[in-house]
Amino acid sequence: MSHAFYVTLSYLSAFGIALGLVLWVWLDHRGRQKELARLEAAGIRRRSAHSGEAQ
Amino acid sequence: MSEPSLAIRKFSDLANPTRFLALVALLWPWMAGLTLCLFAFGLYLSFATLGDYQQGETVRIMYIHVPAAWLSMMCYSVMAVSALGTLVWRHPLADVSAKAAAPLGACFTLIALITGSLWGKPMWGTWWVWDARLTSVFVLFLMYLGLIALNRAMADDPTRAAKVGAVLILVGFVNIPIIKFSVEWWNTLHQPASVVRLDGPTIDPEFLRPLMVMAVAFTLFFFTLHVLAMRNEILRRRISVLRRHAARAVGREGSDA
Repeated sequence: MSHAFYVTLSYLSAFGIALGLVLWVWLDHRGRQKELARLEAAGIRRRSAHSGEAQ
Repeated sequence: MSEPSLAIRKFSDLANPTRFLALVALLWPWMAGLTLCLFAFGLYLSFATLGDYQQGETVRIMYIHVPAAWLSMMCYSVMAVSALGTLVWRHPLADVSAKAAAPLGACFTLIALITGSLWGKPMWGTWWVWDARLTSVFVLFLMYLGLIALNRAMADDPTRAAKVGAVLILVGFVNIPIIKFSVEWWNTLHQPASVVRLDGPTIDPEFLRPLMVMAVAFTLFFFTLHVLAMRNEILRRRISVLRRHAARAVGREGSDA
């Protein structure tokens, strides 16, 4: 097989793994935001959220 | 009563997760933008520069393999500092940092292993050899997986998971100098260091330039993902605290009725 094959496969696999990481971080954040919004809608919120005080 | 300020004036203010989240919200778009610009420039250089007279086109694999391998070790070092933060200073964000970094480290190590293998086949004539460098990096990959598994298995007791994880991370840190010096201590198929050396880099500037730009891009990519993964972990912990409080409140109401 030509060198181009190994180079292309290397860049594609690195890109695929990097994309997977980005998607994991993004989807995880979206999921947690939705979960927090659901809890807030149910009237469950952090005590500090009332006073603006830090955790 | 006046509201406490969320401004970050000194390093210890970052111990406050709410302040940390505010800082991440401010910084991450800039970090991501700069990462993209550096990758665009680095990838341009990676393919615009000449091939090597011996390696030919496969030298371009080095521009992702070497930064990924550096990152695999740097990520573990970040985790080791975080582990010290958990055990010595009991910093509230230290465990969050270590936990968020483990999957990133595993992925960078995997990139280093795969691209190394794809370079090894045309250059060495084999996908893999059990020499000291390759084996120690493979052990590092397994350690990352072990730490991820530990965090998942002890998800219901995060305080204990933090302590056990921190001790394991520090014990495993012994592998980092082994990886770094394996090519000097043992006779390996993997070549010795050619960039980070006491007597300076031994590779041509034609190859060093794209390598350094890609290394900075990879490093910034790691830190961008790390702070965002830390943000997710803080939110996850808040959710579990809220759920626990809500369950306790329901329990109290049930017993009052």
